[in-house]
Amino acid sequence: MSEFVTLTIDGKEVKAPKGATVLEAAKSAGIHIPTLCFLKDINEIGACRMCIVDVGARSFQAACAYPVSEGLNVITNSPKIRETRRVTLELILSNHDRECLTCVRSQNCELQKLAKELNVKDIRYEGENQEFPIDDLSPSIVRDPNKCVLCRRCVSVCNEVQSVGAIGVVDRGFNSTVSSPFNFALNDTPCVNCGQCIVVCPVGALYEKSSVEKVWDALANEDLHVVVQTAPAVRAALGEEFGYPIGTRVTGKMVAALKRLGFAKVFDTDTAADLTIMEEGTELVERIKNNGKLPLITSCSPGWIKFCEHNYPDMLDNLSSCKSPQNMFGAVLKSYYAEKMGIDPSKIFVVSVMPCTAKKFEAGRPELASTGYPDVDEVITTRELAQMIKEAGIDFMNLPDEQFDDPMGEATGAGVIFGATGGVMEAALRSVPYLLTGKDDENIDIKVVRGVEDFKEAELEVNGIKIKAAVVHGLGNARKLLDKIRSGEAEYHFIEVMACPGGCVNGGGQPIQPASVRNETDLRTERAKAIYEEDEAMTIRRSHQNPRVLKMYEEYFEKPGSEKSHKLLHTHYVARENYPEN
Amino acid sequence: MSCTGCCADNKLKELEKIIEKYKDIRGALIPVLHEAQELYGYLPLSVQKKIAEGLNIPLSEVYGVVTFYTQFSLNPKGKYKISVCLGTACYVKGAGEIYDKISEILNIKSGECTPDGLFSLDACRCIGACGLAPVITINEDVHGRLTVDDVPGIIQKYIDKEKEAKDQEKLVEA
Repeated sequence: MSEFVTLTIDGKEVKAPKGATVLEAAKSAGIHIPTLCFLKDINEIGACRMCIVDVGARSFQAACAYPVSEGLNVITNSPKIRETRRVTLELILSNHDRECLTCVRSQNCELQKLAKELNVKDIRYEGENQEFPIDDLSPSIVRDPNKCVLCRRCVSVCNEVQSVGAIGVVDRGFNSTVSSPFNFALNDTPCVNCGQCIVVCPVGALYEKSSVEKVWDALANEDLHVVVQTAPAVRAALGEEFGYPIGTRVTGKMVAALKRLGFAKVFDTDTAADLTIMEEGTELVERIKNNGKLPLITSCSPGWIKFCEHNYPDMLDNLSSCKSPQNMFGAVLKSYYAEKMGIDPSKIFVVSVMPCTAKKFEAGRPELASTGYPDVDEVITTRELAQMIKEAGIDFMNLPDEQFDDPMGEATGAGVIFGATGGVMEAALRSVPYLLTGKDDENIDIKVVRGVEDFKEAELEVNGIKIKAAVVHGLGNARKLLDKIRSGEAEYHFIEVMACPGGCVNGGGQPIQPASVRNETDLRTERAKAIYEEDEAMTIRRSHQNPRVLKMYEEYFEKPGSEKSHKLLHTHYVARENYPEN
Repeated sequence: MSCTGCCADNKLKELEKIIEKYKDIRGALIPVLHEAQELYGYLPLSVQKKIAEGLNIPLSEVYGVVTFYTQFSLNPKGKYKISVCLGTACYVKGAGEIYDKISEILNIKSGECTPDGLFSLDACRCIGACGLAPVITINEDVHGRLTVDDVPGIIQKYIDKEKEAKDQEKLVEA
């Protein structure tokens, strides 16, 4: 039991646990204090001074960082406090590029909302303004320091949560900026393109490199057969862009919208996820049987792959050689599907809708073009898809539910759960017994690997072979586990790593929820519910029972791990330098 | 083989020793940066990378600290290090214009060094010689109660001094 203290906030007696902040105590008493830099568990540093309150000290204190104490008397609202907050906000705004109408975050901007809330009518400060070049050299992330409010959420998520450390605060005073060291473009840093910086940014200082125009162009090109695949996590979050509650599954409407946008075929990346399980499960079984390199580590998450290439180049052989489902699907579409449908693969244009910004980088990897053409031509995020749907004037809410197209649309519950942390592991464990013995284990729901705990473990015994598995999500957690494996402190056969906390449902390409929502709701858990709901509703829930996947092996790939599947469905990795030489 | 090669090797070994000395100490970064700057005269990318690797912290953090404190320099210092005091007393006595004049003559900004390596320029905070305001220091020399018109002559003095030294060298060689 935690101890409680009693304090007074705006004349109201409030009980709060010892160690709580004034902000938390006020919140529990129904008193709203404005915040800007504050993001629960990620950034609690009192940098922006929006949440200042009077605690009877010489100067106003930041409520998000000031601890409660017995008998403390707090005033959150007085003419002087309101004026001080407004002046601070005006100063922030005076050095902010206020092109709000054309800003990517227009109407979803925490700064804009705050300016309205604090009734800023005029910005009284005109002075020197900083002008920075926009860094748009990365295939995934654009950085516009002219919009940055120096809240440091991105720095915190990049350094503390992800342990990537590609950006930091540089210089001092008026010259302070968030930047990569030596002003390198993000592309020239150990940035893994996870985009967690984007989803925590309160303003438009960080956003994805848009492919919307390129997709429109392809759709308008009559020579092209434009197909689209959607990752499992997209359906669990797209609805948020259209006013649905967080965690609403909108699979049918999403498919309907994609058909109306003009895609020739709408496919489900889950089909390729099932294919991944066949290939990766076989790889695991072979490595265990033949004393191969263990642990085997999953390779679905492109942010994780780049992180490994930068930080654990000695462990690249531990990575599964399987391409990610996105790229497997691309390769299948330009080989098997092209043959089956009699379409020249050069005319097939594959668009992926992903919850992920790192997928954009992945699609551009030169080695991922097994058919001689890039596996995937363009990647758009969940946000970009929502943008296209709005731009096309589609009334999303009133769309009927429609089905993925044949012949590549069949998927299983195992494919769907790839979108949440632990999902790939659960899907694999649903199939590994079959791959080892030809028989299924009774157990289909492997709940120990579900949920948002930092680290999860599972053990499976089949025919006397013990398989020890671990699941981590968020690269900071991955680093901790990898260090233990490197030092020999931990031993596993199979590890699932997802770059983003919570897995793909919380990816850097997902709808952006403001701090006011994120502080109250665990997006990871809510969106994952939609994923597991879809899994439950599926008649087939094991990858090796996917009829399309079985047919593909029968008609084309022969068997998992065959020469043909190695050529088209597998890849290799490269050690990467963190920064250029000079 | 030129001398710069082995000097660089020796310096690298020294840097490794410095990192080793502080490696497991909390808050090691600033003392390491201090000693590294003493060794190299400044903190270029290669040195910061080495420190980041050695202390197992991101380069972004190292660079953040280096750019926060004015005492750390990203650029080599000149043979003659000019510091212009922009403390309150000097500033109200016109140190800003003195700084601008030096910057104009040498065509460098604060933190930079002339291409010939002769002069570097820094703006600094109060050096405690307010009675001489506005004041600049060039290496150990203090020049006080300056006006903008004094600046060209002072710089010229150091250029002349350098020229004399060179001529002397040539004579000795001959």
